Amino acid sequence: MSDSQPARAEPAAISAPRSFQEIILRLQAYWASKGCAILQPYDMEVGAGTFHPATTLRSLGTKPWAAAYVQPSRRPTDGRYGENPNRLQHYYQYQVIIKPSPPDLQELYLGSLRAIGLDPALHDIRFVEDDWESPTLGAWGLGWEVWCDGMEVSQFTYFQQVGGHDCRPVSGELTYGLERLAMYVLGIDHVMTMPFNDPDAPIALTYGDIFRQTEEEYSRHNFDGADTDKLLRNFAEAEAECDRLLGFDPQDEKSGKRIIMAHPAYDQCIKASHLFNLLDARGVISVTERQAYIGRVRALAKKCADAFRQTEAGADAAAEAGAAT
Amino acid sequence: MPDLLIELFSEEIPARMQARARADLQKLVTDGLVEAGLTYAHAAAFSTPRRLTLAIEGLSTESRAVREERKGPSVSAPAQAVEGFLRSTGLTLEQLEKRADKKGEVYFAVIERPGRRAPEIIAEVLDSTIRNFPWPKSMRWGAGSLRWVRPLHSILCILSDEGGTDVVPLTVDGITAGNSTRGHRFLSPDAFCVNNFEDYAAKLKRAHVILDSAEREGAILAEAQTLAFAAGMELVEDRALLTEVAGLVEWPVPLMGRIAEDFLGLPPEVLQTSMKEHQKFFSVRNPKTGRIEGFVTVANTLTADQGETILKGNQKVLAARLSDAKFFWENDLRVARAGMDDWAEGLKSVTFHNKLGSQSDRIARIAALAREIAPMVGADPDLAERAARLAKLDLRSAMVGEFPELQGLMGMYYAQAAGEPEAVANAARDHYAPLGPSDAVPTEPVPVAVALADKIDTLTGFWAIDEKPTGSKDPFALRRAALGVIRLVLGNGVRAALAGRQGILAVPMTLFATQRGTLDLDAKIADLLAFFHDRLKVFLKDQGIRHDVIDACLAMTGNDDLTLLVKRATALQATLQTEDGANLVAGYKRASNILSQAEQKDGVEYSFGADPKFAEGDEERALFTALDQAEAAIAPAMAAEDFATAMQAMATLRGPIDAFFTATQINTDNQIVRRNRLNLLHRIRSLCLSVADLSKLDG
Repeated sequence: MSDSQPARAEPAAISAPRSFQEIILRLQAYWASKGCAILQPYDMEVGAGTFHPATTLRSLGTKPWAAAYVQPSRRPTDGRYGENPNRLQHYYQYQVIIKPSPPDLQELYLGSLRAIGLDPALHDIRFVEDDWESPTLGAWGLGWEVWCDGMEVSQFTYFQQVGGHDCRPVSGELTYGLERLAMYVLGIDHVMTMPFNDPDAPIALTYGDIFRQTEEEYSRHNFDGADTDKLLRNFAEAEAECDRLLGFDPQDEKSGKRIIMAHPAYDQCIKASHLFNLLDARGVISVTERQAYIGRVRALAKKCADAFRQTEAGADAAAEAGAAT
Repeated sequence: MPDLLIELFSEEIPARMQARARADLQKLVTDGLVEAGLTYAHAAAFSTPRRLTLAIEGLSTESRAVREERKGPSVSAPAQAVEGFLRSTGLTLEQLEKRADKKGEVYFAVIERPGRRAPEIIAEVLDSTIRNFPWPKSMRWGAGSLRWVRPLHSILCILSDEGGTDVVPLTVDGITAGNSTRGHRFLSPDAFCVNNFEDYAAKLKRAHVILDSAEREGAILAEAQTLAFAAGMELVEDRALLTEVAGLVEWPVPLMGRIAEDFLGLPPEVLQTSMKEHQKFFSVRNPKTGRIEGFVTVANTLTADQGETILKGNQKVLAARLSDAKFFWENDLRVARAGMDDWAEGLKSVTFHNKLGSQSDRIARIAALAREIAPMVGADPDLAERAARLAKLDLRSAMVGEFPELQGLMGMYYAQAAGEPEAVANAARDHYAPLGPSDAVPTEPVPVAVALADKIDTLTGFWAIDEKPTGSKDPFALRRAALGVIRLVLGNGVRAALAGRQGILAVPMTLFATQRGTLDLDAKIADLLAFFHDRLKVFLKDQGIRHDVIDACLAMTGNDDLTLLVKRATALQATLQTEDGANLVAGYKRASNILSQAEQKDGVEYSFGADPKFAEGDEERALFTALDQAEAAIAPAMAAEDFATAMQAMATLRGPIDAFFTATQINTDNQIVRRNRLNLLHRIRSLCLSVADLSKLDG
């Protein structure tokens, strides 16, 4: 063998990851290498990664944007006291959002699957129609659920509207359900037995070591513990606070700047949404009331989107240029 | 004559939209080309998940030149009129010709449209087709403004003949048409150029793409059957699933797997539904056990391990799904064996409609109504009521929560588990039927009673709150419910009056009237009956019964007994198909017209009875005899609802009536004879009217 022979251009076989966190780390490294800003989770309780303002608000306006992050997500009704092999009331989503959606987004996405050990040469990867709609965010888009060997591993969406605003340009959004994806890659049947860190580490921890107890505690809290009167009150308060914050005069006296409190108001919208999910889990919302609550959260999301569009980060480049002249 | 090949290459097109998109592409492009003056010999459209393709053979190379002359206003017409003419023709004043006309000089426009070359027309038509494509849902992407079902990546558009291949110059929103495409996403991702359709289809096949969806369907079906057969099993065929799956793959690779032993105890419908809805698997049956024991999944790729990893993955996903199903099934069975009380309780808090109460309220009404209906359909009232109380409880079961399409069927399994009689279990399964026009009608008495009660409760309820269907809007599927009642009644020969205070509709309607306070009971029932009659007309028309025949029978008393109504209409139609029957109508109408005119003129009703002693000719005497005989036959036949016999007897009057009219003048000077004859006509009219209202018949 001659050393001077150039290396073949074939990609090196990718080793299989061995733990939950390795899959997350590989996704982080992959999307960082593709130019995304790796953000940290939003510090509030949300139902899905989409609620992070890095997705909802940043998908509005014309400013280019590329971000990826892990988002802990809470679905109170999905609590199963840590017993169900697949269902959790607290789980992780991996979220990628790029605006405008690049023409090779599907290829970029497939690259991320290769990075975590799902080689399309060995697996059956399919894009199956699945349109996305979030009634609480007043948002919708078209795209697919991505199947790997018959299992849904991601949601792939081209945002068309968010908070009632047309997305121009369109953002491409990828959402990976991390536990389910990792269980598939690692060949695990029950989420609680999944290695969280390196299984050969001196202190090897499973997913269950970290989350079984909290799943129990929160399941009890969500279904029986949470004080519904307080939740109902908090919902109304968050709603009122959101309105109040948006009612301020944009001109800030102290700084002399134009400051619209779109993000603080949106925090209240997130809060209201989570409170609604908790109330739903407590079973105190009837079928007819449900729609009304969803409508109230959507109204907040729309107002926040309206406000964000008035800010620098959410403005249209053309409108900004017009305003400057 | 060159051939045209167009391919629109995009990200994955939803399977359910592909067939329509093929048809739309073909229609929009060929219509556009023809409208612009081109002709073609043949066109065919194709689709895969990533491409829409149109191949047109024998396209003309240019459109013919067209010369059009249009007469305009007079030269002396006001300026406004001339301007309008210029606008409509697109010409300038200098381009108009002046010609002498009868009324003086008139402007003429001579518009010459030169022939255009095909590529120019194709570019225009394709641009407009892409921009106006009728996708059920379309989207924008990136920073562009073009809409397509998913991002459009490339356009292939070539004209080819013996001389070679030319790309049609065309750019749509930054996408420039070319002569290249790509193969399978994973197996042959590189771009390649094509010269014509044959070359295109052949190169695609080498690049792991079967272009024709019918060919993919055929390949999937054949391979799936072979796999099943080789394992001593048989494929459960499913056309809709086959079409959907063929729309999800470019290179189908069927793989067969087994369902783990643990799950074989699940009802076959659950296995089939779960596999189809969630995984798009075909079911495979073991003919020896009759159970669903395997599946065929269709992969879109070839792998070095012959699909082993793919099959293993699919099996794992299926196991997780079926574990859920098994969990639901076992929990549901526990509730069922305990009598389903939890579910009955739960339905109290499920709203059916905010003006019609909860599902629980509805079940109570249906149970009461099923009890009333039971004797009419030969069902035991206690069983019918029991069945109605249980039939909808499965709506609260976990399995139906997961698979709503299994409602009713799961109810049957759970009623069986609860130890209920077979008729009660079957009522749970069958009480939604018939759903579609071709759906089978239940025939077992208890299910029939519950099915009728279910639909009649829905209809009376929505009538009570004024939520009737309007135009194309029928959100509560009330037309379907009415047709369901009609088919249940007719299919089982149910004899029951619908309308009136004693009719079936009055039972629930009275209840709604009490609840709502202000309800004109009789008007509501009459209105709902009219709705039934409308639906019945549509139904019978499809069965070949004439519209006017139905009207002639609807005019009779007892028209709310649908079985009787249809029996009468069927007999009448059969009678009208005989020569005597058809001609009798003319004789009847003649008699009726003469009588009506005389009655109007004289201001009396000639219903005193005719006396044979005033009869003058043989024909008149013969008519008396014929009427006596017919009456003697018709009365008992009508009493026995033997319409065929009654109508045959009526038809025998045709000869005597015709002969009577030929030989006899009704309006004679002898007033006694005239009045007697008018009374005789009255006998004809009333006798015929006792059978059906012949005056409603055409002709």
